[in-house]
Amino acid sequence: MSITVQDVEHVANLARLELTESEKERLAGQLSAILDYAEKLNELNTEGVEPTSHVLPLHNVMREDEARPSLPVEKALLNAPEEEDGQFKVPAVLE
Amino acid sequence: MSLFDQRLSEVHNRLHHKDLSVSELVDASLKRIAETDGKIGAFLTLDEEGARKAASELDSSSGERGLLFGLPAGIKDNIVTEGLRTTCASRFLSNYDPIYDATVVEKLRSAQAVTVGKLNMDEFAMGGSNENSSYHPVRNPWDTTRVPGGSSGGSAASVAAGQVYFSLGSDTGGSIRQPAAYCGVVGLKPTYGLVSRFGLVAFASSLDQIGPITKNVEDAAFVLQAIAGHDGRDSTSANVDIPDYASALTGDVKGLRIAVPKEYFGEGIDPQVKERVLEALKTYESMGAVWEEVSLPHTEYAVATYYLLSSSEASSNLARFDGVRYGVRAEDPANLLDLYRRSRSEGFGPEVKRRIMLGTYALSSGYYDAYYKKAQQVRTLIKRDFDQVFEKYDVIVSPTAPTTAFRLGEQVDDPLTMYLNDICTIPASLAGVPAISIPCGLADGLPVGLQIMGKPFDEATVLRAAHAFEGRTEFHKLRPAL
Repeated sequence: MSITVQDVEHVANLARLELTESEKERLAGQLSAILDYAEKLNELNTEGVEPTSHVLPLHNVMREDEARPSLPVEKALLNAPEEEDGQFKVPAVLE
Repeated sequence: MSLFDQRLSEVHNRLHHKDLSVSELVDASLKRIAETDGKIGAFLTLDEEGARKAASELDSSSGERGLLFGLPAGIKDNIVTEGLRTTCASRFLSNYDPIYDATVVEKLRSAQAVTVGKLNMDEFAMGGSNENSSYHPVRNPWDTTRVPGGSSGGSAASVAAGQVYFSLGSDTGGSIRQPAAYCGVVGLKPTYGLVSRFGLVAFASSLDQIGPITKNVEDAAFVLQAIAGHDGRDSTSANVDIPDYASALTGDVKGLRIAVPKEYFGEGIDPQVKERVLEALKTYESMGAVWEEVSLPHTEYAVATYYLLSSSEASSNLARFDGVRYGVRAEDPANLLDLYRRSRSEGFGPEVKRRIMLGTYALSSGYYDAYYKKAQQVRTLIKRDFDQVFEKYDVIVSPTAPTTAFRLGEQVDDPLTMYLNDICTIPASLAGVPAISIPCGLADGLPVGLQIMGKPFDEATVLRAAHAFEGRTEFHKLRPAL
């Protein structure tokens, strides 16, 4: 599997990462090597094998729909990089 | 002999007879950290004031004592502690003071252990050498030119160096067991779901587990007792009865059926590591256990399976680090997208970026079936290997790692070689079964770990087997000359 710098740019965009040119080149090589190694899995026939997403026999976990105490606003905002009027502040989304 | 070399029952006896106070224990821990941490770098944050205050409160308390009364503990820095800096060894969280305690931290407090600080690790638990910490590497107390293993490198090194009585680590593909092996201490990864992960910063949610690192098996049983159990705040927490682990430590392994998978002794294993494990099997024989060679045929696919699954899950879990609600925000963002991109790119180190990239690729449109789903299917085959062996055997025994601790800088440029160090620990993580690493001797002066894997939720048998070996050997008493 050969990963190009263009592939790296596409994936970095999906992952919301900004990479330098040298990071892109290094990652193209490293990801190619790792994915080549992962090709090994294709030696196995997995037709009809159920995928395991989770080893426990747990499915939907329900609880009673009862109100429980939640964090006070001031506490929730303690680590906020920027806040205003009890809310997390971010740059304008709409022009 | 260090205070922390005494068994828990002895320490408690001395505390009970007022021959020792909790404040003295905590002072001894802080003093040892001050003396040795310049050499090994196990701690990222110390809480001297909080620890001293907790100690004096315990000294003046009366009534029934908790299971871990007065014991100084270190917590891996990906487990949140209210008001106490928690960075995951990442620049992204360099200013993060959690607003709540993880369930395990609450449980340690109710067992009356004393948290002295937060332990160094590979950034976001990604790595096997602790060289991926964004602050400073941890060095192995046995040889400070060598790595302590990872990702719970600080947790293992601090126990080995006698800085704390025990520590908590987290294990996704071997991150408790491999550093425990490299540092010559005991490390237990419980069954997936036994210990609540509420408050553990998520790396790979289908694999992550919290567990103890201690100097002996008995202490591991006590710490596990204190932290195991169902938690409504973690929907993957299993609702099972928790046995009394200490009562499982009978010293008797007569008739214990041990499976020894041949695939764990293949290419890349250090001959001396193999020799130590074979000697350990002889010790088991002498105690009346029986062992046979078995095959776990899909072992060779475990590393590829693990890196696809764990990186995919990580890419999703780490999406929360966007610079909006906590962590370090990039300065003067042009717009929201720029804020996300630059905060993440400036905050994450190279290994974390690599795994996010690998995971995002494996989950991206057109590749999901070929990589992520395929890996989940192979995971099923790996789990079936374990199910079949456990039909006939009680435990599976192997080396914890193919080699002893390597030198700092030796493998940093080659991620794939680094990933292959996890070959012995990854399968138990994928199968979700409990596994412990215990000291089984030295190779050229460096500790070798013996791994004992058990059936799901059968920690009692794993601990019994480990404890019986310890009772027959002196390896767990070896200490680095730090």
